[in-house]
Amino acid sequence: MIPLASILFEVVRNGATALSVQFLTGTPALVTLPTGNAALAGGIAVSIEGTLVLMGLTAVIAVPIGLLAGVYLAEFGDNRFGRSIRFLNDVLSEFPSIVIGILVYSILVVGLRVGFSAFAGGVALSIIMLPIVTRTTEESIKLVPRSVRDAAMALGIRKWRATISVVLSTARSGVVTGALLSIARISGESAPLLLTIGTSSYFFSGLNQQVDALPVRIFLLSSENYVSGAQQQGWGAALILIVLVLCLNLAVRIATRGKYGAVRSRI
Amino acid sequence: MGIPRFSILATTEEAAPAKRAEDKVSDTFFQKLKGFSSDDLFEFLATSIGSLVLVILIVTSVVLTRGSLAVFGKFGFGFLTGTDWNTSLGSESYGALPYILGTLVTAGIAISVGILISLGIAIFLSEMAPSFLRSPLSQVIELLAAVPSVIYGFWGLFVFRFWVRDYLETPLSTYLGWIPVFHGTATGYDILTAGLVLSIMIIPTVSSVSKETMMAVPSSQREAAYSIGATRWEVVKLGVLRYGRSGIFGAAILGLGRAVGETMAVTMVIGGTPGPYVLPTSLLKGGVTLSSLIATEFGDATGLHLSALFGLGIVLFLFALVINIFARLMVWRVFKVTGGIVE
Repeated sequence: MIPLASILFEVVRNGATALSVQFLTGTPALVTLPTGNAALAGGIAVSIEGTLVLMGLTAVIAVPIGLLAGVYLAEFGDNRFGRSIRFLNDVLSEFPSIVIGILVYSILVVGLRVGFSAFAGGVALSIIMLPIVTRTTEESIKLVPRSVRDAAMALGIRKWRATISVVLSTARSGVVTGALLSIARISGESAPLLLTIGTSSYFFSGLNQQVDALPVRIFLLSSENYVSGAQQQGWGAALILIVLVLCLNLAVRIATRGKYGAVRSRI
Repeated sequence: MGIPRFSILATTEEAAPAKRAEDKVSDTFFQKLKGFSSDDLFEFLATSIGSLVLVILIVTSVVLTRGSLAVFGKFGFGFLTGTDWNTSLGSESYGALPYILGTLVTAGIAISVGILISLGIAIFLSEMAPSFLRSPLSQVIELLAAVPSVIYGFWGLFVFRFWVRDYLETPLSTYLGWIPVFHGTATGYDILTAGLVLSIMIIPTVSSVSKETMMAVPSSQREAAYSIGATRWEVVKLGVLRYGRSGIFGAAILGLGRAVGETMAVTMVIGGTPGPYVLPTSLLKGGVTLSSLIATEFGDATGLHLSALFGLGIVLFLFALVINIFARLMVWRVFKVTGGIVE
């Protein structure tokens, strides 16, 4: 408990001093002067935008795939194969994120020559997010009461139609909960991004271009030992990131308070 | 009503079995009618997407193996036992031993400290806390898990490090500095801090799985312990901990898996440079772990150097795989043994 309080306290206290309208909003892109020079100029608008872009990209990739995979596990996953998939899914969800970074680097950045890009970063984050979405979708679908399923069957519609239209709609809020919570989680991931999005100080210019992101920027700022003001910027960026993550988490958890205990505990 | 489907974590609504016997009959009926039906297509589609996880794991191992072939070809198993790290062309030499040990030592610190604290929290939450406290406290711990690791690292680098230096390392090196494990100057920028930050990071995981395990222990166990006159603590020790032993062990291994794989927080506070000097002989020395080295050097590496990093990656991959599989097996086993308790 104490570390949590300390983290929050320090981030807020130090971060607040870094905040200013100039720092945050639409303002000068982060300009990194060579080490040894005067304080860093600019703000983290680029990083915020990058993080948001990556979150959206990851959601677009991972949610549909995770949804289908979760449907598979819930509807067809009773056999041995399904059990082993479920098991591997859990294993993948705990995986070192840097290994995922290496994977995406080898295949996309180098193999397919996409290069350091937002797309590669999105794919890397999607791989991390996939097992979580799969699991939470499966749990949500399992929560749908028998009566709903029976009613769909009684209508005489095909099984796949029943699953998609009826069961998924009923499980919708659980699925959305899981998806939002996992997006919040991966927005803080930095290791896979280090290897896939490159380093950029400019606003988002295309999926195949390098992009900046809050966690990466925080890391880079922490290693600028000789530039004054870097630490302060880092605190500010950390504050933004933690506000983003915690707000998303708290909002989702408060909105679904008491429900979907199984889904929420999966994150 | 069929037997309720068991879910590891509590559900608040009725859980439905996915496929009833009647469904299977009607499916085959339709199949016989129409041959390859759209339901089959759906099942095929869902199954292929579901197998994506397997594909990802397989592809990862292939990619890592191919990438590390060069370095293993040149140094063989010596790569795993060597300690050099010379990247200059012409005299390249790579050895992974300091980083393997670094990973193990930091993870070791993390679980030793983390387990104690997590068990304490889990016991408190499952056995002693009044029920109105249970939910909010669990929420707070889950929030601790939501904090991104870079922020842990940042905080560790600029706040926690000085705390460790002043309250832990300075007394340690002043009074116990003659013990080899406490050699070195107390800067806080070292293995000890990294291990402690890691232990904080694994507390949410380990404590929540332990708590679930403990709460799944049937009350008959506790009642039996009370009935033979055990004190409160003895009830916990005999009735709950002993019974849920493998689940708690599994939780610890899960935490170990997380600690082994953690990159950013460790990189930011561990403060070592690759080479033979970074063998973790003292807690107060800077260190390097598998993941931190990959993170710092991957961007610019080429050729044999890159292959060496892949080699580190494959070691990390194998560690994580073995640990996670082992942990999952332990946790799954507990819930099977307790007979599938639905809350």
